Amino acid sequence: MASMKDRHGRPVVVVTGMGVVTSLGQGKDENWTKLTAGQSGIHTISRFPIDGLRTTIAGTVDFVPFENAPDLTTKMAALAGDEAVAEAGIGDAGSFPGPLFLGMPPVELEWPQRQDLARASGKAADITYADILKGAAARDFGAMQKRFLFGSVGDELSDRFGTKGAPISISTACATGATAIQLAVEAIRRGETEAALVIGADGSANQESLVRFSLLSALSTRNGDPTAAARPFSKDRDGFVMAEGAGALVLESYDHAKARGATILGVVEGCGEMADSFHRTRSSPDGAPIIGCIRNALDDAGVTAADVQYVNAHGTSTPENDKMEYVGLAAVFGDHLANVAVSSNKSMIGHTLSAAGAIEAVFTLMTIRNGVIPPTINHTEADPAIKMDLVPNKAREAKVTRAISNSFGFGGQNVCLVLAAEPA
Amino acid sequence: MAHEKPRPEREAWITGIGLVSALGEGLDAHWAAFNGGRDDWLRLDTATYAPYQVHPAVAIDVAKQIPDRGDRRQMEAWQRLGTYAAGLALDDAGVKGNDDVLKSMHMIVAAGGGERDYAVDGQLLSGLEASNEPAKFLNERLMNDLRPTLFLAQLSNLLAGNISIVHGVVGSSRTFMGEEMAGVDAVRVALARCHASQGDIFLVGGAYSAERPDTILHFELGHMNWSKDWAPVWDRPSDGGGTILGSVGAFLVIEAREHAEKRGAKPIAKLTKVSSDRTTRKDGKAEHTMAVQWNEISPSLIPGATVVVSGATGVVDAVAIERDLLDQRRVPTRATASVLGHSVEAAFPANIALGAMMVSRGAAIPPVGGSAAEAAMTRKVKQAVVTSVGHWRGEGMGLVEAV
Repeated sequence: MASMKDRHGRPVVVVTGMGVVTSLGQGKDENWTKLTAGQSGIHTISRFPIDGLRTTIAGTVDFVPFENAPDLTTKMAALAGDEAVAEAGIGDAGSFPGPLFLGMPPVELEWPQRQDLARASGKAADITYADILKGAAARDFGAMQKRFLFGSVGDELSDRFGTKGAPISISTACATGATAIQLAVEAIRRGETEAALVIGADGSANQESLVRFSLLSALSTRNGDPTAAARPFSKDRDGFVMAEGAGALVLESYDHAKARGATILGVVEGCGEMADSFHRTRSSPDGAPIIGCIRNALDDAGVTAADVQYVNAHGTSTPENDKMEYVGLAAVFGDHLANVAVSSNKSMIGHTLSAAGAIEAVFTLMTIRNGVIPPTINHTEADPAIKMDLVPNKAREAKVTRAISNSFGFGGQNVCLVLAAEPA
Repeated sequence: MAHEKPRPEREAWITGIGLVSALGEGLDAHWAAFNGGRDDWLRLDTATYAPYQVHPAVAIDVAKQIPDRGDRRQMEAWQRLGTYAAGLALDDAGVKGNDDVLKSMHMIVAAGGGERDYAVDGQLLSGLEASNEPAKFLNERLMNDLRPTLFLAQLSNLLAGNISIVHGVVGSSRTFMGEEMAGVDAVRVALARCHASQGDIFLVGGAYSAERPDTILHFELGHMNWSKDWAPVWDRPSDGGGTILGSVGAFLVIEAREHAEKRGAKPIAKLTKVSSDRTTRKDGKAEHTMAVQWNEISPSLIPGATVVVSGATGVVDAVAIERDLLDQRRVPTRATASVLGHSVEAAFPANIALGAMMVSRGAAIPPVGGSAAEAAMTRKVKQAVVTSVGHWRGEGMGLVEAV
């Protein structure tokens, strides 16, 4: 059989299995039904008391029982991974024939753990870290240590899926899921592996995380009507809505997928990246890194802006991001932008942070495959500075053969993926 | 379509190194300290975190690499150390301020996370014990007491973010997490990409601050801190084992040979191979993967010209896995953590740097910390095998060679 190479002479990388968990539900079917119905998963937080918080809404995943953030991250990753591996029908049970690329949030002890340690010290007032250390020395906290190692999420998932070699755990802030895909694509292209399991998962919507984003004034405070809070690109957008979830993709070389008779769900044609050196939380005012990142992705795919029909926007619903994303898209697409549909899944699922790039890649491929573009909901007041076809409020049937999915994050992280239908 | 011949692997050089530790700043300072007397190589802080001890980084003039005061204020110690070391590496490679190179330079950083506000944590813990409505209390105190910018010192990827901002490295930016393994895989992936022409020049490394009660705490949860009198890592397992943590910033510029030659850059050493694995550490699996990784390297080893730069932590089980490899092979070994301290994500990049130092000088450092477990090495050193057996997970190896 002839080997399938891309325009740069590299192995073509395809997707053969996908899985997803969001606040809308578990699995691709439930998510897709709700997403194309314009349903929101955002709700008032019930996981912890909300007294005294400026933002009291989130897209938490409340149907998965858990003990702490790394535990919830692991469990959602496992659910999404199970769905993806089952769909791909790859490998033997518990033996995936390739490495794991895992996008996940940084891990840290949480307040219940700190309280356990403080109590173990026997002190109840004027507690210092010296006391906490005494508490740690007083008893065996080995299980806590393992759970809160950065490597333990990937370790558990490696055992579950039987992936090969060392799992790579990635954090590039809100671009994490897309970076995980990018690393897997590179590994397949250089012939290091024929297949890879990519998972982006984030279950870190706890009190302190919420407060941190709140203190940076990044979150919507539209607490009264949670489902209307995420309104990307609208004039009255006021911040993003923190959310949880997981997305998983089985990536393979085209040749490997074909040889085993797998159904090809789509192609990862290109990945582009360009870091921003302007500011820790803000984009360069000229949009150059966003523009460069999208152009790099198109070049990597060997296509032009004219070949793209749909943009799955990063579209967080913050005043800054949405403006800069528009500036970037307008520069890259020029007049063709009028012909391109742009929508933000985050209007319904919120910002799933480390998982967003993976979840939105799954939804982008489903958009291409199903010929339906999920809407940007809550679009009631257009921003005169943003002139795009935002697929407002209602899903739309459309033939999409190629789309891009954007992910931008704190720390100047910018990643763009070019996703396409299986070549005819 | 015709089958294309795979491109031959390109040679990868280390053309820049930035290293800061308890022993000093830069390779010359490290060479001198390793070769000096006990006061030169043992700089231990036994007081600040007693009964725990740490190897603190030497004082650095941060402004030399991070000139903007606003930038410095936005960082905590591990980010300053890493951003500083990254700047040293870029200077060493002769690419500092060269925007044409920096915009196509790819960055992979191995990072943990970090930094708490220790006073706030203590006040909140005390208050939580006294409060009738602890969850409400926590919300209110967090909203009022947390510094907004502390978040940016806690995010793992913000070391890379700071390097982009301060030094202008923007070709790409990825952060790997996962303790020692993250450091190994950061170097491994950069090298694989360089070999496969997925980029010509890379900045790779990590930073670890040991001078933090919360990092010491993390090891104390598993009772893994060595709080007895200082001893080289090999001597600790017989007495319960344990690490002494060390603050280290370590960055490497890894570059395709042709790219370096074109801009007239000189190699410090050649980075030939990096491998990694993760086993469950049951049934001899970790020992097996270390042997397999060694066997991939050993055919290219020149008899008598190799030194092992070990990442041994002092933790009993991890040291036993590495001894299983080394005891059968009898290659002179240097466990740098005996005096640098264990620097987790930064350990492997630092040991690659020290391996490069030895092969470029053609000589090994003396047994580290005077360890009786490390054999003398008087012959010319041409190759360094760098090992990493993580304190809990991750087994990796690298080969650095003289050019």
